[in-house]
Amino acid sequence: MKIKRRDFLKGAAGCGVLAAVGQPAYAEAKKKERLPGALGFLYDSTLCIGCQACMVGCKKANEMPVESTDLLPIWENPRDLSAKTLNVIKKFESGTGTNKDQETDGFAFIKRQCMHCVDPGCVSACPVSAMRKNPDTGVVTYNKDACIGCRYCQIACPFNIPKFQWDAAFPQIVKCQLCSHLLPKGEIPGCCSSCPTGATVFGPTTELMAEAKRRQQMEPGKYYDFPVSSIDSGKNFSQQAARYVPEIYGENEVGGTQVLMLAGVPFSKLGLPELPEKSYASTAETIQHTIYKGMIAPIVVLAGLFYFVNRSQKDKD
Amino acid sequence: MSEAKPVGGKVFTGPFLFFLVITLIGIYFLAKRFMFGIGSVSNMNDGFAWGIWITYDVVVGTAFACGGYSMALLVYVFNNGEYHPLVRPALLASMFGYTLAGVSVFIDIGRYWHIYNVFLPWYTNFNSVLLEVALCIAAYIAVLWIEFSPTFLEAATGTKSKVNKLLIFFIALGILLPTMHQSSLGSVMILAGNKLSPLWWTPALPLIFLISAVTMGYTVVIFESTLSALGFKRPFETDMLAKLSLVIPILLVIFLVVRFGDLLIRGQLGLAFSGNLQGNMFLLENILHIVPLVILASATNRKNAKMLFLSACCLMLGGLLFRFNTYLIGFNPGEGWNYFPAIGEQFITYTIISAEILLYMIFVKKLPVLPSHGQAKV
Amino acid sequence: MRCRESDFDKIPGGVSRRDFLKVCTATAVYMGLPASLGPKIAAAATAAKKRPPVIWLSGQECTGCTETLLRATHPTVEHLILDLIALDYSETLNTGAGHQAEEYRAKSIEENKGKFILVVEGSIPVKDGGIYCKVAGKPVLEILKETAPKAAAVVAIGSCAAWGGVPSAGPNPTGATPAYKILEGTGIPVINIPGCPPNGYNFLSTVLYYVTFQKLPELDDKLRPKFAYGRLIHENCERRPHFDAGRFAEQFGDEGHRLGYCLYKLGCKGPETFNNCSTLRFNDMGTWPVNTGHPCFGCSEEGVGFNIPLHTPAEVKNVTPFAVQTPITVDHGGGGTTGAVALAAGVAGAAIGAGVVALKKVDQAEKKQD
Repeated sequence: MKIKRRDFLKGAAGCGVLAAVGQPAYAEAKKKERLPGALGFLYDSTLCIGCQACMVGCKKANEMPVESTDLLPIWENPRDLSAKTLNVIKKFESGTGTNKDQETDGFAFIKRQCMHCVDPGCVSACPVSAMRKNPDTGVVTYNKDACIGCRYCQIACPFNIPKFQWDAAFPQIVKCQLCSHLLPKGEIPGCCSSCPTGATVFGPTTELMAEAKRRQQMEPGKYYDFPVSSIDSGKNFSQQAARYVPEIYGENEVGGTQVLMLAGVPFSKLGLPELPEKSYASTAETIQHTIYKGMIAPIVVLAGLFYFVNRSQKDKD
Repeated sequence: MSEAKPVGGKVFTGPFLFFLVITLIGIYFLAKRFMFGIGSVSNMNDGFAWGIWITYDVVVGTAFACGGYSMALLVYVFNNGEYHPLVRPALLASMFGYTLAGVSVFIDIGRYWHIYNVFLPWYTNFNSVLLEVALCIAAYIAVLWIEFSPTFLEAATGTKSKVNKLLIFFIALGILLPTMHQSSLGSVMILAGNKLSPLWWTPALPLIFLISAVTMGYTVVIFESTLSALGFKRPFETDMLAKLSLVIPILLVIFLVVRFGDLLIRGQLGLAFSGNLQGNMFLLENILHIVPLVILASATNRKNAKMLFLSACCLMLGGLLFRFNTYLIGFNPGEGWNYFPAIGEQFITYTIISAEILLYMIFVKKLPVLPSHGQAKV
Repeated sequence: MRCRESDFDKIPGGVSRRDFLKVCTATAVYMGLPASLGPKIAAAATAAKKRPPVIWLSGQECTGCTETLLRATHPTVEHLILDLIALDYSETLNTGAGHQAEEYRAKSIEENKGKFILVVEGSIPVKDGGIYCKVAGKPVLEILKETAPKAAAVVAIGSCAAWGGVPSAGPNPTGATPAYKILEGTGIPVINIPGCPPNGYNFLSTVLYYVTFQKLPELDDKLRPKFAYGRLIHENCERRPHFDAGRFAEQFGDEGHRLGYCLYKLGCKGPETFNNCSTLRFNDMGTWPVNTGHPCFGCSEEGVGFNIPLHTPAEVKNVTPFAVQTPITVDHGGGGTTGAVALAAGVAGAAIGAGVVALKKVDQAEKKQD
């Protein structure tokens, strides 16, 4: 017996109607803007002397364990961010590697840690809101009590920041949280307070952006005052301005980040990915909301399906 | 309509014992995983946070478990009661497939004792695609067991149960839910953004995944029907499968049109010919979809059990490869990150597969699942 | 060159032959010369027919540079210097005084015209005609201008003579000026040995070099001998590993300070000061400011010492990533072992094989059923 053509056409038409009726208006996820009270820090690769005080300061402030990758564990030398290391200084080297902040035959430092995005992929991804963006400061924090360890945040982060305790029986996700346990006490993140040259400087992102733009107007080779620790600390260190790459990394990448970076060599050489202005979270959320807004479409479809299934059973009886 | 009956026969056959041994080895590695952490058995790392447990056990596993979904669509929506005999075996495979996918999730997630957090309203994040996947799959597992309950009742009481309104509601739900989460399994990888090759990254991923899932459903029905007939020495259900299999080339055309249309619009088709691993896997994936399309386009082939089985095998592989490509092979977190599943990690996957086969064998032999001997009357 | 006992029967200062050879070899090494030149230096030192005369002028000085030479005790270097060279005039060490001393100076200069070494200690004031430092009623400025053209070479010992030192610190009321500036354009060779005080061996090595090879050692653009001033203190500091690892003392007396961490944050000027204090050290005991727990203040570096405040962080002149600093791309492993790959390949092969077998069986069974 062939498929009843009539039934097939009815079924197909029904599905089409369902889809049309159930589809709400295209629900574009609203582009998230920087919060007015957004906090972050500005890292200037040209001021960094590679002393790694920020790595030690971070470990102290967050009570993180020492990470040694040597056979004889007498030296702390993490090779990358990990479940034990929230913040790492890496070096870029080319050719003879003798000229600081130069692309050819030069070297440069880069500090890697959570970028505290304006529209974080990890926050959008986490099914149980373990990754949360503070509504005032915009700092992205982790809540181990909510976390189920699915590691979707690791997939969703374009910077590969969240790390996982693979070798623990009861593992957690680990990442920089901008020392949010210190901020309410009026203290600043460990990396900022320990940096001697002001390469890492804490402050509201709006002020950091203004400072970054000021630096890009500087004349290379001339001495200028650079703030140390935080943008309003009043402490300054007079140093020579370097030739900056005409880009502030984090200004627009995937919707912008609260941690901003300046450098003398192209950011791609420093391991920072080239990213579009639209965040992937907004793309995914637009699709989800378009299909599921208010659960209207699923309910309509369910009602339709109930009708068809019921009818098919009636035919049988 | 033909009756369903237990196949009977002894449970502890050769193949059964073989899969039992694999399951036991896997249990050893599972114990290690829970005692010493995921890293003690797996090669997953911070670059490749998802490995074969998610990619095969959950994503491919649920795709292979779409038989129930596809058959429900055909039988209950397009009202083709003649395929009814194929429903129960498909449902069984779906039930096991999804349940074991749920078990695999429990094994894979690091903080498994918090797994119920996805149900707690003060934690749920409605922006998360993965939340929707988790809730839908959890609900669907319940629905599958409920849909299968008539079989249990029949075996226990000996009488056939009537289909009542409540069951109709669950059947309807059992069609809605996979539509939601199989497409969302595609949406999940949208967040991978720049780390997923443009050959697979597209906002159209949910649509592509959905078409693939429906196709896989019919494919798996053919695959398991043929294997059951072969394994339990029963006649092939070629008549039914011949008609059923017409749907597949239609779906494959839609799949390929959407896939390649999307690639052309985004201007990324050239990557397929770059000669690297991703390009070659893309080509292989599509060959495995095109070959069955060509085979099943011919009515003669659709009436041939061998051709049906060959097409089904190709498509199983094609669907598997499509999902492996989207979740693993096309995923590149950056230089310096590598992943290949470790031995213990592989064994846990083989155990999940073995467990499914073992359970299928037991259920089919002890419960009225497969239609009784002789082909279904048309 | 083999040395024989008889070569050294004229060792000055009553020093044993072994000790003398030791000093000369060590001197060679300090200067970056091969140790094998030690005997050559020793031979030259003892073979000198007439000891080269030295006139030691004092400007605005604290006498610390003279004292630093006198502090060395093994061997007794003051003997070595005093017997190696003919110190015809030194205001600190003269036995005579007053007119006698001045006459002797004038005589020595005339007799040794073109052959003596002029050592200048202390800066030279130039304001108001140089009245702020006079010796025997004459401004040192004039004395220097008269004396220098008759010398074979001028050695400016100490920061004051080399670039101005303490007296030149802002607002420099006396117009304190280094010797080389005053002698600019005269063509007279000047060597600067800055430091406050400099290590005595820097001076001694320079003199021995001159006596042995009859020429001055290689100098940098600030006229400093490269063997002593060619490297930053930061490059050879024993606390450098702490700097590279981010371990700093934040305050005097804190835990980091007591553990001997790097003093950069306390204002150590090692990263912008060229000198060999970190290797040569002082007092024949291996002490120097940093290893006593006080940051270097750049006493030998013009623009740093007596200019930049003690606890202001230094500008790191020669930023160098340490050898094993983490690179941008790190290999994280995670690839397959042979066993894992073999297992996966085996299973895949078995599955495909089973599929092929099943296909054949389906074909056979189908034919049977038809």
